[in-house]
Amino acid sequence: MNMENQYKLPMMNAFTSFIDDTYHKISETLPCAHHTEIATLRKRAIDYFVREQLPHNKIESWRHRAIDQLVEDKYSIQLTPTPYRPVEDYFKCKIHNIDTYMFTFLNGWYVHKNTPLTIFPNGIIVGSLTAAIEQYPDLVLPHLAASRTDNYDSLVALNEALFYDGLFVYIPENLEVQKPMQLVSIIDSKENLLVQQRNLIVVGKNSSFSLVQCDDSIAFGKTFLNNVTEIFLEENTHFNYYKMENKDPDSLLINQVFVQQKKNSQFFSNTTTFNAGYVRNSLRVKLLEPFASAKLWGIYLVDKQQYVDNQIFVDHAAPDCTSSQLYKGIADDMAGANFNGHVIVREGAQRTNAFQTNRNIALTDEAKITTKPFLEIYADDVKCSHGATIGQLDEEAMFYLRSRGICERNAKMLLMYAFAIEIANAIEIDSLRNRLKEMIKKRLSGELTICDQCVLHCAQDKQITFEIDLSKI
Amino acid sequence: MLKINNLHVSIKGKEILKGLNLQVNRGEVHAIMGPNGTGKSTLASVIAGKEIFDVTEGSIEYKNKNLFDLSVEDRAREGIFIGFQYPVEIPGVSISNFMKTALNEIRQYRGLEPLSATEFLKMMEDKKKMVELNTKLTNRSVNEGFSGGEKKRNEIFQMAMLNPELSILDETDSGLDIDALRIVANGVNQIKNENNAIVVITHYQRLLDYIVPDVIHVLFDGRIVKSGPKELAYELEEKGYDWIKNEYGKSI
Repeated sequence: MNMENQYKLPMMNAFTSFIDDTYHKISETLPCAHHTEIATLRKRAIDYFVREQLPHNKIESWRHRAIDQLVEDKYSIQLTPTPYRPVEDYFKCKIHNIDTYMFTFLNGWYVHKNTPLTIFPNGIIVGSLTAAIEQYPDLVLPHLAASRTDNYDSLVALNEALFYDGLFVYIPENLEVQKPMQLVSIIDSKENLLVQQRNLIVVGKNSSFSLVQCDDSIAFGKTFLNNVTEIFLEENTHFNYYKMENKDPDSLLINQVFVQQKKNSQFFSNTTTFNAGYVRNSLRVKLLEPFASAKLWGIYLVDKQQYVDNQIFVDHAAPDCTSSQLYKGIADDMAGANFNGHVIVREGAQRTNAFQTNRNIALTDEAKITTKPFLEIYADDVKCSHGATIGQLDEEAMFYLRSRGICERNAKMLLMYAFAIEIANAIEIDSLRNRLKEMIKKRLSGELTICDQCVLHCAQDKQITFEIDLSKI
Repeated sequence: MLKINNLHVSIKGKEILKGLNLQVNRGEVHAIMGPNGTGKSTLASVIAGKEIFDVTEGSIEYKNKNLFDLSVEDRAREGIFIGFQYPVEIPGVSISNFMKTALNEIRQYRGLEPLSATEFLKMMEDKKKMVELNTKLTNRSVNEGFSGGEKKRNEIFQMAMLNPELSILDETDSGLDIDALRIVANGVNQIKNENNAIVVITHYQRLLDYIVPDVIHVLFDGRIVKSGPKELAYELEEKGYDWIKNEYGKSI
């Protein structure tokens, strides 16, 4: 009989040992190490991580493709920022005429010239999270790690044990911030890097604000990005969160986002995944007080061996709240995509409206798409719906287009573009919307690669035949 | 321009067309009439290039080329237009974008430069007027949420835009009220000239009051059993299809 073995902890795998060793080597030198709160957070996190290790496919939400098989045994961790170089030297944002306050992170470190925090005259504070912990502990510490209490997992723990920087945004009360902010995270390394950004966004009462977040790679190492973002929306706030992911095929990207919404706050998230090695977007929204609304939209376009996973969790913890999810995806070649949409309507959350739609197109027999809508309802006066489809392009429509002289390739493009564009059309920033539509067009015609972000422009942009400005008709 | 010779077509082993012969020349308008289920729509679908049909025997020559050598899109580029009985709804694809793509691909095939945006827009305006289609409709997705009449007008609008040499209009009159019928017929009459040919497939004689054919063919049980001048339509209307059934049903 082998009973004893069942009670033994599982063997620590190579990656876990690496993390454990690293923690013991560097925890004293990590930013904010002397802060008791931070040190306690990190200690608790490393213990949890070593015990639980990386998520494996026995865990329901990881059963389609767990990452414990995908990580390398060891990674490099860049312990100090790269010496300052102007961002334009290695990255140029190609969104035409976009007017944003841009904040750049290089290999996880905030890029700045001796000003880790920018303080605007109206009271907005933006910059490095670790600098903010030092300078504004009263603003940061009550929020840090406060949104994910119900949702602790080993990847959050991994981030908490070893994060060294991230974006901090504080918007004071009663401000309508017209100009969006842009967070650009760039990985530029030939080594296999482990990068863990920790972002914190706090939007004060009656304020509105938009953030554009871009995850890009410009070099080909096997990076593992494990980001955690916490967003706190106070009463009557309005926050638009646009996220773009365009990563190289060897990268692992985990974006976990936790949102807490107070009374009458409005949250809109719009996520576009163009290219991915392995991307997992986990978006967890808690509607804490009445009349809060969350609109969670996303589009993913994957091909070759790419894999994208969107995990949505909406917690209706108060009555009279609304949530709607609309995720669409196209998988080509052997690519894979998964969507999990979980909505819970708590007891007493009456007059909840919760809607969920996930639509997918599999272009080949090898492309694998899985989708799981999941509504859990404990109140009786609610309106909830869900729908999920996986299909091919409509053959009747293809035939109709071809019968008017349009070749198969362009007919396919027209249909895919029509399918995908709905998500981008909801973006309120004109320049960003137009750029995204252009990128979707290029992506669908197979012309968008991660080279698109590079300033070298090795390949010339090709004209696509059905380009037309419909606004003039 | 179009020569159909002894055409046999079946679907899932069931023979629908059983030796159909038809010749259409430039400048002519032909009408094909006949009761339900005799193969009228099958003929249109085969010319369009639908793959679910098996051509078991016979040939179709179009402009002295074997039609079956041409892909669906090349048939359109060579000047064939099918007005579908049930036009498909395509959410998200606007009519303008659709027509611009189609027109430029056809032009490219013929070695012509693509139209400029201004030329294209002007052309759209002209053709819209022809079928009394308003701007709101052309900015919408192809056929999405269109009424039956709007769908048919949209077909004729596309026909006007693409300016085909051979048009096959498959029951374009079905589901139309008198006003819509007049608009559609007016459109077709304006497109008609000595260089193109139009084949109208219909159940009823009333469309032929507006689009006057040179020849009327009666399709029955997979064959054209009777051809004649436009007066044949009145005879059919008066006597009904039973007359054809009684006359030809036994011998088949």
